[in-house]
Amino acid sequence: MALLDVADIHSFYGKSHVLEGVSLQVGEGELVTLLGRNGAGKTTTLKSVTGVVRPRSGSVRFAGAETVGREIHEIARAGIALVPEHRGIFALLTVEENLRIAVRDGWWKLSDVYDLFPRLYERRRNGGNALSGGEQQMLSIARALLNNPRLLLLDEPTEGLAPVIVDEIVRVLVDIKRTGMSVLLVEQNLAVCEKLADRHYVLEQGRIVYSGSAAEFAADRSVRDRYLALDG
Amino acid sequence: MLNLYLFQILNGLGLGMIYFLISVGLTIIFGLLNFVNFAHGAFFMLGCYLCYALLAATGQFWLALLAGPLAVAALAWGAEKLLIRRVYHLPHTFHILITVGVALILQESAIMIWGPIGKSIPIPEALQGVVAMGKFAYPKYRLFLIGFSAVIGFLLWLLLERTRFGALVRAGSESTEMVSLLGADIYKLFSLTFALGVGLAGLAGVLSGPIRGAHPFLGPEVLGIAFVVVVIGGMGSFGGALAGGLLIGLVQSLMTTIWPEGASLMIYGAMAAVILWRPYGLFGRA
Repeated sequence: MALLDVADIHSFYGKSHVLEGVSLQVGEGELVTLLGRNGAGKTTTLKSVTGVVRPRSGSVRFAGAETVGREIHEIARAGIALVPEHRGIFALLTVEENLRIAVRDGWWKLSDVYDLFPRLYERRRNGGNALSGGEQQMLSIARALLNNPRLLLLDEPTEGLAPVIVDEIVRVLVDIKRTGMSVLLVEQNLAVCEKLADRHYVLEQGRIVYSGSAAEFAADRSVRDRYLALDG
Repeated sequence: MLNLYLFQILNGLGLGMIYFLISVGLTIIFGLLNFVNFAHGAFFMLGCYLCYALLAATGQFWLALLAGPLAVAALAWGAEKLLIRRVYHLPHTFHILITVGVALILQESAIMIWGPIGKSIPIPEALQGVVAMGKFAYPKYRLFLIGFSAVIGFLLWLLLERTRFGALVRAGSESTEMVSLLGADIYKLFSLTFALGVGLAGLAGVLSGPIRGAHPFLGPEVLGIAFVVVVIGGMGSFGGALAGGLLIGLVQSLMTTIWPEGASLMIYGAMAAVILWRPYGLFGRA
């Protein structure tokens, strides 16, 4: 049984029908990417899994239990952490406070994420508003890890970052994957996705239009031409 | 003459600390919950009456000082669960409607229980009399008021700046959604913060009781001043509530000596001056 099983969800913003029956699975210890053009519904899919957006129909089962209709914090406590697109850093809190409010019992401790991101340790007394984009992304990932989730959702973690920082984020994601944590990654950077993923899904206009293993995706150039080409 | 000013400055500090305690609760609630609490002044009034009632029943000021604010906080906690949380997601006009309703219920209840005429409250025995410093003498109770409020203010600062609860409150004032995504129960945080903020107004009410007495119509007056303080200090700011409270306390107190007729006017004058200079308040963020 998959750790996360999204089955035919329909989600709306007001009257706008954004997800028109999305289904996908993430297995235990698997890293799965969700690809697609801007506006395809990738972020809405993550929001529907975390309870920020409540799907009107369909089901989201996590570790066997239905999450649709439950509160955001209950879903988070069940073991789903989100690194949002806007990173969600609290500007009024120091780096360390940002981390400490997320700490929950488990494998990842404060010292572990400082080992993973030495830069955050150097800046632990700085305000969240004093960080560069790359540092904010590191903090957002570190904070999600301290939540000790079973499933980590990442929304475009490399967007807008310098290549050196992108490499560092990729290295960290490889480390995270080695710990056995399941990951669902939304990402526009195909090179990053191909380095990391076990499987890929492609989302277009609120529907899953392709799913395949990393090997299948690499072999099938037509998929990226058809669904992803314009993103460059 | 100099002594008179010193006397009024100390009075202003005491008054300012009372204003700080009232306003800091209002501003924390606004900061985290984005909720406008028009019942804040009525809870202060209730604090005054609880001071009166507990003193009349037991003669123990210290008991009143402990139990009064706790009772006010407990009532606020219940009101939040029962009523207030139902309107968080609605526009501010609904916040105002429901909290003005709560304020009226409290005010009319006070009239039903204690009558329409105010009650005066004796200064506790241990704090009667004056402290003499050379030629200058100052009432003990008022000195106690300044010191005690300062200690409470410091404890509150520790709570907000040095604990996980405080970090969550500050984080929540930026994004309640992100706080929820980290697994914190935002509803519990809202209830606790509302009870804490209103409890502080209750504490201010108990403390000011022996000076100003209890009166059923104190609520609107105090609410107006609390809003002035919050506007001067900046919405959601702890430091702003302290600076704004002291400023208004000092202005009001000194003006009663210099120009008594204009004392109330000058409060609003001070607010206008600060807004012209810093539109978001002394410590406000855009």
